[in-house]
Amino acid sequence: QPPLLQSNHTTQQLQRQNMSSSTFKDVLHAPPIAVFKLVADYNADESPDKVNLTVGAYRDSAGKPWVLPVVRAIERLMAEDETLNHEYLPIEGLPAFTKAATRLVLGAENPAIAAGRTIGVQALSGTGALRLGLQFIRKVLLRTHILIPEPTWPNHRMISEDLGYLVLGYRYWDPATRALNLDGLLEDLEAAPEGAVVMLHSVAHNPTGMDPDTAQWERIADVVERRSLLPFFDTAYQGFVSGDVDVDAWVPRYFVSRGFEAFIAQSFAKNFGLYNERAGNLVVVTREAATIPPILSNLQRIARMLWSNPPAHGARVVATALENPAYLEQWKGCLLAMTTRIRDMRQRLMERLMELGTPGTWDHIVRQKGMFSYTGLTGDQVDTLKAKYHVYMMRDGRISVAGLTPSNLDYVAKCFDEVIRATE
Amino acid sequence: AEYMGSMKVLPFAVSRFAAPMSFWSHVEMAPLDPIVGLNELFSKDSNPKKTNLGVGAYRDENGKPWVLPSVKKAEKRVMDANYDKEYVGIVGDLQFTKLSAQLALTSESPALTQGRTTTVQTISGTGALRVAGNFLAKFHNKPLWMPAPTWGNHTPIFAHAGLQLKSYRYYDAKTIGLDIEGMLDAISKIPEGDTILFHPSAHNPTGVDPSQSQWDQIEKVVAQRKLLPLFDMAYQGFASGDLDRDAYAVRHFIKQGHQCILTQSYAKNMGLYGLRVGAMSVVCDSGEEAKKVESQVKIVIRPMYSSPPIYGVRIAKTILGDKDGLYKEWVDDVKTMSGRIIKMRHEMVDQLAKEGSTHNWDHIKKQIGMFCFTGLKEEQVMKLRTDYSIYMTSNGRISVAGLNEKNLSYVASAIHNVSK
Repeated sequence: QPPLLQSNHTTQQLQRQNMSSSTFKDVLHAPPIAVFKLVADYNADESPDKVNLTVGAYRDSAGKPWVLPVVRAIERLMAEDETLNHEYLPIEGLPAFTKAATRLVLGAENPAIAAGRTIGVQALSGTGALRLGLQFIRKVLLRTHILIPEPTWPNHRMISEDLGYLVLGYRYWDPATRALNLDGLLEDLEAAPEGAVVMLHSVAHNPTGMDPDTAQWERIADVVERRSLLPFFDTAYQGFVSGDVDVDAWVPRYFVSRGFEAFIAQSFAKNFGLYNERAGNLVVVTREAATIPPILSNLQRIARMLWSNPPAHGARVVATALENPAYLEQWKGCLLAMTTRIRDMRQRLMERLMELGTPGTWDHIVRQKGMFSYTGLTGDQVDTLKAKYHVYMMRDGRISVAGLTPSNLDYVAKCFDEVIRATE
Repeated sequence: AEYMGSMKVLPFAVSRFAAPMSFWSHVEMAPLDPIVGLNELFSKDSNPKKTNLGVGAYRDENGKPWVLPSVKKAEKRVMDANYDKEYVGIVGDLQFTKLSAQLALTSESPALTQGRTTTVQTISGTGALRVAGNFLAKFHNKPLWMPAPTWGNHTPIFAHAGLQLKSYRYYDAKTIGLDIEGMLDAISKIPEGDTILFHPSAHNPTGVDPSQSQWDQIEKVVAQRKLLPLFDMAYQGFASGDLDRDAYAVRHFIKQGHQCILTQSYAKNMGLYGLRVGAMSVVCDSGEEAKKVESQVKIVIRPMYSSPPIYGVRIAKTILGDKDGLYKEWVDDVKTMSGRIIKMRHEMVDQLAKEGSTHNWDHIKKQIGMFCFTGLKEEQVMKLRTDYSIYMTSNGRISVAGLNEKNLSYVASAIHNVSK
């Protein structure tokens, strides 16, 4: 007598299938990834007032996604170019892309590049670059510990734990002062095991938007050096913060100029608006050129087992833009447009909250940089904002400033004000 | 020392970590990927008659990469649509995954109509296999049995995913064909519940495929042993020219009630190689189970690459979704490719006979798909490389797509010379 199954298998199938249960019967629901779940909820929300301040993707002043005009222009030319095909890229990616990307973050004149002490490997956007680099460090360098800021982008922990790192947090954001907790940061790095990887956000820390200033970075570098920590720079916003690619790359360049060996994960999702084309680059800087071939061969081996070779399209767009002076200028114009709008929204949100007399201090909104702001709103307040006001943001109080527009700013400020007053 | 002028010299440079000089002075060269290594040798070769029969990418009659006309048209439509660049979800484009599953299984398949299959977009075939491997390591950590031989990248992918790997008999070097008795015997001895990998068509590297009736026999043994089948389908349509015929094994197993895992690649059959278009499907017991499985697959993907690239997938779904238009043109393009390859197979056998070879080269005609296991030994392969600048992998595998009217007699003559 075949066992009862809940599906609509035919009798024949039931008779054939003398398995009593499914291979996957013990698979439990995994918790959804927060930001994806929120976006799904937002999409399903039918309220005309709804505002999406969750995912870190740029929106124009009409609240619409913005494909950079320079990207469209390059894509059009690529589609019409009869000499282009869709052949496999090398495992390490499109050479023009990795070269240009590496020069972008380190500076074209960086002596490390001229000395052959750097290598760039194309990866699936920032996530892929982090994965590639962290996997190399864990499996080839055999490092076991990683330090990540509290808070940080949640996928830092997920990737590290997936690779078997022991993940340690270092203090970063001080909710009381709504500022950087430098003393706590320095203490925690000082106490870290020698040789641990230390994840550093190059600019526009995600989720707080709060960055150390240059003097503070120098002190951080001192500790990293003293404890022989291995710096890994998550560089997802070069150009997207100040509008100036060199200003936004100061941190990794400073460390490299001090002689550190380092890893840099670059994403072109935000600064080129190429979110779904997954263009990224992993840079490794070493002290000796002779170590580069073995490092590259190991990175190739890891990449071969993850994705074989990386997707060509986004990389080709970026390489074309970075190599061509006219496109480069156009791109910088786009950066300026995006960063100006975001800074403008920060200013106006702060002013509006101050006008409303909303309890609390709000200048941190303009001190914070880049895509995100850690507002200081609590989890309960965030829940109410979603349920009652249809304003969506992350539960830790993070908003994507790029989601604010002249049309929704007053509404958002009013909602914040009401929710905060209701809690008082 | 060379940077002293412009940069701060650190005590770090003389710390004890500087004694072995660098973080990575102990890092050894990783073994060279055999295909990549071959390409590098080929590009350095200055012989004007050099011929690359190594990497598995289609070449037209002039030895050039071929962008399918249907793909060109689809690409134009994608450009004109002015799509945005927003993040697609972790599992990718849902129109694509639906169409991809339908292509493999047919839209009438109960696995699809009953909503008990989850399909996710992946980084071509490799990405699909890696995601499948990691998922299996977490939720069904049994040994994975692979045919001997199999694609070179299967072992590293699945080993790094954390699976224990084993082999079942498949290729018979004596007959240069399928060892069906050995295969059935080997499968009948696999412990219950283990996972078994199949190439449903155009086996890589041998080109040796079971016939449909042989697949029927294989299915029976797999059912008896209650094994979990994992199908790596990288050549649907590309093998015989017929999309349905090439998917026979997968569809048959599902019809018989197996829960399967299926990986698909559009690298070859749509020529989308570098755009990384692929999918992974898990056929489950119920819709609820499929949802749970999908939620866990997302957890595998997020720490690898977050979400997949969209450009190639937009091209693919434009074709797959235009049933009366581009889809038909694509079917013709696929027939063009497989047709040319089949023609080259026949002409090679004829040419070898003309050269005076007394060996039986029929296996070249019988084998299916991109690759051909010539039967040449490693010394002969090396001789072809050094004396004739003809490049193939050391197991004697050639990419038939690399043959054309211009190079056929040169290659045939060389093969005859090293094997007579």
